[in-house]
Amino acid sequence: MKNLPVQKRTLALAAVMIPLLVLFIYVALRSGPLAPVPVVLANVENKKLSPALFGIGIVEARYTYKIGPTFAGRVEQVNVQVGDHVKAGQVLGAMDPVDIDKRIQAQTAAIKRAKAQLDEAQVRKNYAQTWAKRYAELLKSRSTSEEMAATKQQELLFAEAGLEAAREELTRFSAERDALVAQYDNLSLVAPVDGLVVSRDAETGTTMIAGQTVVEMIDPNTLWVNVRFDQIRSRGLAKGLSAKITLRSRTGELVAGRILRVEPLADAVTEEALAKVVFDQTPDPLPSIGELAEVTITLPTLPETPAVPNAAVRHMGTKVGIWRVINGNLSFTPVTLGIADIEGYVQIREGLKVNDQIVVYSANALTERSRIHVVDHIPGVTR
Amino acid sequence: MINLAGRDILHSWGRFIFTGMGLGLLIGVTLSMAGIYRGMVDDAKVLLDNSGADLWVVQKDTLGPYAEPSSIYDDIWRSIRTMPGVAKAANVTYLTMQVRQGERDVRAMVTGITAGGPGTPGWPPYLVIGRQITRGHYEAVADVAAGFKLGDRLNIRRNLYTVVGLTRRMVSSNGDPMVFIPLKDAQEAQFLKDNDAIRQQRRRTAEDPDFNRPQMSGLLDVVIASQSKNPYVNAVLVQIKSGHAVEKVAEEIRRWKRLTVYTRSQMEEILVGKLIATSAKQIAMFLIILSIVSSAIVAFIIYTLTLGKIREIAVLKLIGTKNQTIVSLIMQQSIALGLIGFVVGKISATLLMAPVFPKYVLLQPIDSVIGFVAVILICVFSSIIAIRAALKVDPAEAIGG
Repeated sequence: MKNLPVQKRTLALAAVMIPLLVLFIYVALRSGPLAPVPVVLANVENKKLSPALFGIGIVEARYTYKIGPTFAGRVEQVNVQVGDHVKAGQVLGAMDPVDIDKRIQAQTAAIKRAKAQLDEAQVRKNYAQTWAKRYAELLKSRSTSEEMAATKQQELLFAEAGLEAAREELTRFSAERDALVAQYDNLSLVAPVDGLVVSRDAETGTTMIAGQTVVEMIDPNTLWVNVRFDQIRSRGLAKGLSAKITLRSRTGELVAGRILRVEPLADAVTEEALAKVVFDQTPDPLPSIGELAEVTITLPTLPETPAVPNAAVRHMGTKVGIWRVINGNLSFTPVTLGIADIEGYVQIREGLKVNDQIVVYSANALTERSRIHVVDHIPGVTR
Repeated sequence: MINLAGRDILHSWGRFIFTGMGLGLLIGVTLSMAGIYRGMVDDAKVLLDNSGADLWVVQKDTLGPYAEPSSIYDDIWRSIRTMPGVAKAANVTYLTMQVRQGERDVRAMVTGITAGGPGTPGWPPYLVIGRQITRGHYEAVADVAAGFKLGDRLNIRRNLYTVVGLTRRMVSSNGDPMVFIPLKDAQEAQFLKDNDAIRQQRRRTAEDPDFNRPQMSGLLDVVIASQSKNPYVNAVLVQIKSGHAVEKVAEEIRRWKRLTVYTRSQMEEILVGKLIATSAKQIAMFLIILSIVSSAIVAFIIYTLTLGKIREIAVLKLIGTKNQTIVSLIMQQSIALGLIGFVVGKISATLLMAPVFPKYVLLQPIDSVIGFVAVILICVFSSIIAIRAALKVDPAEAIGG
């Protein structure tokens, strides 16, 4: 037993060194580029995809009425405030008539004068007619010269023309007065339909030019969402499809709607297709005009086809494909993809069959030579 | 013939092992340092790999999109797509910013990827959980390093994004995790100012009589609308059809589209040679200093170990031991110390330091091999001083001279 102390020491040394060596070998082989890549596998399944389209849009009023004067003038009063509900025909405000009253008066006076002139012309004509008749009879009995008779005939024609002119002058003045009265009536800003006042752009005393808006109103019952879908994800967009609308102010709340129309004109610059989506029931309280809304359109369910999670789709160079696992070996299979749904599944048109084993997730990029280590979920990823 | 070195180590094995471990930790730091450098280079390379591009088309005369800001119109991709040899062209934006999630925020490179499907240039090439983006807005795929979970809501500028997938090793050249979001959202995020700034800008425009003309009531609205658009992206990623020479396609785009185009190797040069050059030099300097310090420490350890048994060596000499035996005793001990140090260093670097280090540490086998050879050489050379001291010792000291 003489050697025992030495053996003890050797044992102790070994007890330290052997685990150290084992650890070293483990470290050298199981980490770094030599280590196998953890992968999560799945099988290609037959699935009925129900694709959906997702777009964002802005709540807009279908009909907006901009009420303003038809000629330049000053605002006399605005009777409504933003948020007021108004009825068709209600007077929203009025423009200052400035000189229209006086001009109407002037026109009225002008009409009277024209009437007097008309009477005068009538009298003149009657007088000329009497003389013309008399001279015509005198000429028959050869009691006057032909020149005198012709002169009286001409005077009659002049008087008739003068009468016609006076009559037309009266018409002109009446029409001008009517025009002024019409303008006068137009001074009141009247609501064309029942609606909601959304903006009041001018106050009493503001000078407006023709066409500027004093009051803007909308029809609150015809709100729609002007939705934009990226063209690449707008396949199947059609009139009448049902939609789920989420307003930015009411996250998590889905409002039902449907596509009223798909715009024939797309936005060429932003590469988006446009559609108008109406609410099945106008939400209460009314959403703000201009609010952002997310719209999800559910398309009809497709027939059953092989489908894979989109996380499995990889690319090698310009080829799109999927890593298949055959007897534990990786092989990159180019595939033709079909329609994708919004939950992350995509149809396989060509390249894979149902029950083929494929790589869905991997901890690293894969190559044909990668060694793989199949796991339930990639280590280090919190679910 | 007994192994003197082994006997001596066994004699005071505890001290020997602990010394070796201490040395090992130092070697571990050195290996980690090399790993950090490799990791930086790798970060730059994975950024290029992950973009899946053969060519980067950027603003003329810039080193964009990673090393310098670059912005080009977002419809340029259409004309690039029609160039001969181009298989795919996709817009991309990069913006490094703080991404908020609940109470915390993470520095991340927000990448705007063009609508399409997996395989489109710029898209994350693989995931570790979840799915790729399927909606055109408000979804995100994030790198696991950012610490987000599936279903988390991220706040980027004023919008909330739902994390639908996680990926791994998708980092910027600085090592910041990437967050992928749809391009249109990213363009907005890149451009969108805070609401105060927007209001002030509107007020400024409205005060400008050139834009706010009473006789043209719609002009102001149009001007304001045009001010809040961002028709720019940072780069167009191009994939080349097989059978076309990369350099030739690049030259055609440079010539006819008058834009700057980088190939993969040029981009790597920019990233590794310019973008991370200073930090790489720092790391290299640390590596050199650490190597010098480690070799000095090994030399001191061996020297003190030898001086500690100088009396025993004198005895050996006195009994007529050959110098060669004494040399091999010291040398073997030194190498043994180096071996323990290397093993402990490799283990600690791989298991202790690399996983907790905030940046990616890439420990390459070739670095370990170089490290191993260096450790053994340093041990051999540093034992020379000790050997000289041992050989100079007077045998008479053994009897207390």
